[in-house]
Order: sequence, then C-alpha cells, then structure tokens
Amino acid sequence: MNILTKVKMGLLMLSLLAVLSACSSNGDSQTQASDGDGSTIAISGSTSVGPLAEKLAAKYTEQDNSNIEINQIGSSAGITNAINGVSEIGMSSRDLKEEEQASGLQEVVIAYDGIVVVTHPSNKVKNLSLEQVKQIFTGEVTNWKELGGDDLEIVVVSREDGSGSRDAFQEIVEYSSGELVKSSIIASGNGNIKTTVANNKHAVGFISFEYIDETISTIDIDGVKATAENVLAQKYRLSRPFLFVYKEGELTEAGQKFIDFILSEDGQLIAAEAGAIPVK
Amino acid sequence: MSIQTNSVEIGKSNKRKYLLEKISSKLFLICALLSVISLLLIIGFVFYKGSHPFIVEGYSFIDFIFGTDWVPSEDKFGIFPMIVASILATIGALIIGVPVGLFTAIFLAEIASKRLAKIISPAIQLLAGIPSVLYGVFGLAIIVPFLQNTFGLVKGQSLLAVILVLAIMMLPTIVTVAETAIRAVPNTYREGSLALGVSQIGTIFKVVVPAAKSGIMTAIVLGLGRAIGETMAVILVAGNSLIVPTSLTDSVRPLTTNIALEMGYAAGTHQEMLFATGIVLFSFILILNFVLAKISAKGGN
Repeated sequence: MNILTKVKMGLLMLSLLAVLSACSSNGDSQTQASDGDGSTIAISGSTSVGPLAEKLAAKYTEQDNSNIEINQIGSSAGITNAINGVSEIGMSSRDLKEEEQASGLQEVVIAYDGIVVVTHPSNKVKNLSLEQVKQIFTGEVTNWKELGGDDLEIVVVSREDGSGSRDAFQEIVEYSSGELVKSSIIASGNGNIKTTVANNKHAVGFISFEYIDETISTIDIDGVKATAENVLAQKYRLSRPFLFVYKEGELTEAGQKFIDFILSEDGQLIAAEAGAIPVK
Repeated sequence: MSIQTNSVEIGKSNKRKYLLEKISSKLFLICALLSVISLLLIIGFVFYKGSHPFIVEGYSFIDFIFGTDWVPSEDKFGIFPMIVASILATIGALIIGVPVGLFTAIFLAEIASKRLAKIISPAIQLLAGIPSVLYGVFGLAIIVPFLQNTFGLVKGQSLLAVILVLAIMMLPTIVTVAETAIRAVPNTYREGSLALGVSQIGTIFKVVVPAAKSGIMTAIVLGLGRAIGETMAVILVAGNSLIVPTSLTDSVRPLTTNIALEMGYAAGTHQEMLFATGIVLFSFILILNFVLAKISAKGGN
C-alpha cells in the first residue's frame, strides 16, 4: 500500500507542478505581451543575416528588456522554422521561393548585402567582369595567368547547394549548380570559405561584405569596388536583399517592435556599421 | 481469529513484495527496451524518409546509386562519387591504421615494460576521447597545409588528408581491442614456443598473433566502422568536391559529409535524398556488423 500511495502522491505532485508552471508561464506571457518586457523573440535562419541580426539584437535589448535568441542555421531552415512556428522570425538572404510564399509568409527587407569575390592576398588579379567570374566558377578558365595573374591553377571554393549566398551568387553571375566546376571545394559557411581562401594562393571564393578583412583580397566587378555606396548606387552588381520573414498574423508585439526598431534610423545606422547596406 | 489476521497480514506483505518485484522487473524491461525502441525508431524514420522518393516520386534507385551527378537544385541525385569516396577513404585508413595499431597493440601487450605501457596506454585511451571535430580542426590546420606545401598541391583538402585523419582516429579502437585479444592468449603458448627455441618476435608473429586472430579481426572491423561513420573531422579536410576520386590528391565527399553538409539547407526531395544517403551508409554499417558477428562466432569455435 505504502508504495502505491507514494506513487500516487508523486503523480499528484507532478501534475500539480505541471499545472502550476503552466499557470505561471501563462501569466508571465500575458504581462510580457502587454509591456514588451522580458519576452523572448526566437529568430533563426541565414548565416549571412545572422551577424547583423546579432548586432541589432544586442543594441535593441539594451533599451528594451526582451530576450532575442538568434540561431544561424541557413536561409531555408530559417524559413521552414518560420512556417512551422518553431521560430517567430526567419532570416533569409535570398528571395522567397513560390511554395514558401504560398504558405502565408510576410517578408520585410531589413538591409541589402553585397557579395564579394575574394582571393588570396598575394593574388595579382584585382578586377574581373561578371562574365569572367562565371568562367572561373564554371571551369572555363582554369589558370590565373589567363586573367592577368601568376601562372597558378585556379581552385574554386563554393558554398553548399541550398545555401542562400550560393543561390544569390549563382543567380547574379548567371550559372547553375550543375555548371559549377566539379572539383571545387565545398565549404559550409562564410567563415569557412574565408579561411580556405586565406590559406591557399590558388583559391577563389565568395563571401558577404561583413566578412571582409585583411586576410583576403577583394575583387572589383567591372572596375566597381565592392562598397556599400556602390551597392546603393546600383553600380556594384553582386548584391542581394536581407529578409526577415514571419507567418502572417503570428508576429508578436515584441517581434513587431524589434522589426520597427531595425527599420528606424538607429537600426539602419547599426546595419550600416555592421557592413550591411541600409534600406534607405 | 488472531491466526487469520496474521495470515492476512503476511499475505499483504507478500503482495507488497511481489508488487515491488513486478514493478522493478517491468522498469528494467522498459530500460532494456529503450535502446531497441530507439533503434527501431531511427531505422524506421530513416527508411521511411529515404525510401519515399523511390516509392512515391518515381526516382530510380539504380540512378541514385550509380549516378555521378549530385545537383539537388536541378533534381539530379547520384551518390556514386560519395560511395567511392567513402570506400577509398576507409580502405586507405585501414592500410595505414591497421599495421600501426596492431604493432602498437603487440608492443603494449608483449614487449613494452610495465612502466612504459602505463604511459602509452592512457595516451591511447585519451586519443579515443578527443571529440572528432577537434581531429578535423587539427587536420585543417596541420595536415592540409602540410600536404599542400610538401607535395606542391593546389589544394590540401584531399582524399589523402581524409585517410590520414581517419587512420589516427581508428588507432585507439584497434589498439585497445587488439591488445585485449593478445593479452588473452594463454601464457603456455608463448612458453611452449620459446622452449622450442623460437625467438620472441617469432613467437609473437607465429604463435600469439594467430591465436588472437579473431580478436584482431574484430578490432579491425570496429576500426573500419569508426572510419566509415566519421563525419565532423572529415567534413573539414575532405574538400567535399563532387567528383569520383582518381588520385589521392583529389578532394572528395564521403557519404557522411554529404548528409551533414546539406541537411541544414535541404527541403523536400533533397532532404529525403539525404535520408536515402543515410540508408546506403546504414547498409554499409549493417554489413560490417554482420561480418563482425561472423568473426566472433568463428572465434567462439
């Protein structure tokens, strides 16, 4: 009997706890929603938008008490999370596909991004046309000598199939995944590409503006330098939008406030400081 | 009256005891079943997801296995280059890892002084405990540039780099299992051989190693399993190119890295095809386990 009663008591306690915690969390979220304090905004998606979102979130949480969780898992996964309600907001560095739009997603352009072709600092090639970039990535040109550089074989470094950066890059440069030179190294993430290119004088890859530093050399496109001004002036052609997407009608007050903050002058200033290109 | 109440009380306490026994044995049963259930769930899920494109969407399994083009965005799913890469990387790792591992095990069990063995053994155990991604970082920072500079390659991310990393990773498995097997050989074998005038090394290779054969084979198969399933270390040093490797310096994409690399971005058929890649990988592991079971059965005889 003793044990049975113990078990029963245990079960009772457990259910009581569950009910209590459910009550308290309910109460919490209600108060949070009303004053926007202490609530959590779950954001996931593109590894290109991620660093910018982190900076925006850090600045935003200084003045507002809410909690922003950012998971950098790639554009497609972030969009899927937004559709399934796993995350409130998804980050994407590519335009939505038709089937994604059909599932009731709203998109907000929070900034623009430039993609830059990068090489090893010792590489003498500093300027290419989009056509030449295409020739490199499709394997038509295989030696830097043909582009005015040293007599070195070209090693192409690309992102994995499905990556937002890769989709955007291929769309602008106008080649398909099937045309990508087969022996290219596939690296996951901007940082990985940068490290690979920085350590190999044969290599050429593409990364977001935010990742530019002195370990790699950037390539001008048609003589236009890869700068934010040139993207906004629509001179630099390797650029794409940064999107926040959310399911229609399921954006919380806290989420809306965060988006409003990003689109405010302050938010856009932070975006500019982070290396992205402001919307206005 | 008093006797009756007594027996009732005894019955009660017995009931309680039996109940406790029953609950405990059920609890243990549930725990034991947990791993079986996990296994069934994983197999079921992977096979359900992975077989979907072939059964429902009309993709050909033959094209999947023997196709050389993997372009998910263009609906081309061929994993032949990855199968070849996985097999070559594993064989290569075996060619380096088995002799080194076996000789280490022989050294530890037969030749080394107790003091020396006490230093080397924990080092090897520790090698087994290093998270695999650290092997990858080590490979990327040391092995890849080393290969590139030493052999004048255009890129160090290559089949050879994968083989080297995997060979190091399979060492602890091979050494520990083989060492146990060698130590289990009865001393009378050694004494008999030495008494007949055979040298120590001769005894080891003619008597001890053959006697420990099934244990050593088990060690090799377990090492093989470790090599073929390794992902995180490989993804960093393989280069992940989609070509059928024809030389040691080609960059490769084994089955495991294909799944890990693209799962984050995959959706729909692409994702299901990654599960199908998992099925192929799973089949390799199943075959290995089957071989392992055969070997241990032989050893028992």
